[in-house]
Amino acid sequence: MCLGIPGEVIELLPDQPDLARVDVSGVRRVINIGLLAEDLPVPGEWVLIHVGFALSKIDEAEAAAALQFLDGIGQAYADELEALAESRIE
Amino acid sequence: MKFVDEFRDADKAHALAAKIAALCEPGRQYKLMEVCGGHTHTIYKHGLEDYLPESITLVHGPGCPVCVIPMGRVDDAMALAAEPDVIMTSFGDMMRVPGSNGSFFDAKAAGTDIRMVYSPLDSLKIARNNPDQRVVFMAIGFETTAPSTAMTIMRAAAENLPNFSVFCNHVTIIPAIKAILDSPDLRLDGFIGPGHVSTVIGCRPYEFIARDYGKPVVTAGFEPLDILQSIYMLMLQLSEDRSEVENQYSRVVPWDGNATALKVIGETMELRPYFEWRGLGFISHSALSVREKYARFDAELLFDVPGVRVADPKACQCGEVLKGVLKPWECKVFGTACTPETPIGTCMVSPEGACAAYYNFGRMNRHRVKEAVTIQVGRP
Repeated sequence: MCLGIPGEVIELLPDQPDLARVDVSGVRRVINIGLLAEDLPVPGEWVLIHVGFALSKIDEAEAAAALQFLDGIGQAYADELEALAESRIE
Repeated sequence: MKFVDEFRDADKAHALAAKIAALCEPGRQYKLMEVCGGHTHTIYKHGLEDYLPESITLVHGPGCPVCVIPMGRVDDAMALAAEPDVIMTSFGDMMRVPGSNGSFFDAKAAGTDIRMVYSPLDSLKIARNNPDQRVVFMAIGFETTAPSTAMTIMRAAAENLPNFSVFCNHVTIIPAIKAILDSPDLRLDGFIGPGHVSTVIGCRPYEFIARDYGKPVVTAGFEPLDILQSIYMLMLQLSEDRSEVENQYSRVVPWDGNATALKVIGETMELRPYFEWRGLGFISHSALSVREKYARFDAELLFDVPGVRVADPKACQCGEVLKGVLKPWECKVFGTACTPETPIGTCMVSPEGACAAYYNFGRMNRHRVKEAVTIQVGRP
């Protein structure tokens, strides 16, 4: 829950402006991007996700570094990814 | 010195370590607090203390939201969950936190409907799909997760969802830091500021620490080099007799935070007059409750919440660990009666908890603790 995880924005959901589909380490899920309303991300950009909400935009290099860090911390990230995989935000 | 777990860019780490060592004034002891549990995790995972001179001690702070939830609130949540038509929903981190009658996991095993969710929006979906039941979301966390709860409440309001509510346990980081600064137990020289909380609140709220208490603050990222870099920045300030707020993590943390996130928190929640923190006691204006405007989503108003204060188990010293007065392994039950499998205290539950971080990375297993205790007892 405390982990911020980087995801790449794949598409914004056309009929729900607050939602976007992202790719997190190969897991594709819908998250809410309403907290970035002032500067909405576009497909191809990376965001840092907390509990289903994008909290900030990050660049690709930061995303790569963050992913490498998360891979290194082991179980806590595995648990977070598993929880994300169960998520069905709509 | 030994290096528990070498990481990439270890050369850069050694170079930074040398620069840090060069800034130490001979004979002076430095105590730097990392506020955030995520930082504690990195520090033990990578054995960062081994890179630092003996005169620098890293003190673990209260920034683990699971760790600071008092037992009474867990009991309150269990009472809500036990109502016949209730589905309790919770982040996975919260499931093993012990109340006075066991944890969510224990209650779930005994048949109570408690479901793990990734996001409060998943709770909302459960509410939509179960119109005959009342779905409660166990909201925990600092300013990092509060905006998510806030957005979810606003969504529930927009949908006029009648069977969703939030049991709000959100806490705010600044009053906890102030409580530690005002605590007579501890003399600190500077703070490694939390990273993700700061993406929401920005760096300005820390300015009082530099201005009124004369202590430097450096907001830091989560990689080992980020933390070493921020320690270097703190030591540089101390060596130049400066106390300022600096942002090592500017690639993610904007100086002014996230205005939208702060706005939705303010829209849906307000400060409680006071709130109990595990181990730290009651701290004024340190937590959030649901605003009256959204009262129909406030589980504390919708249900009969017992609200009984429960003292922590006598053997548990999480309070001292959260304040940084004790190192995890100095707790009487660390690694013996209290382990991640059978935690007594919250610091052993969350992966961000200082005790779990120590334990999981084998820096202080039962055997090493015994050694350490023997050495300590043996000291004159």
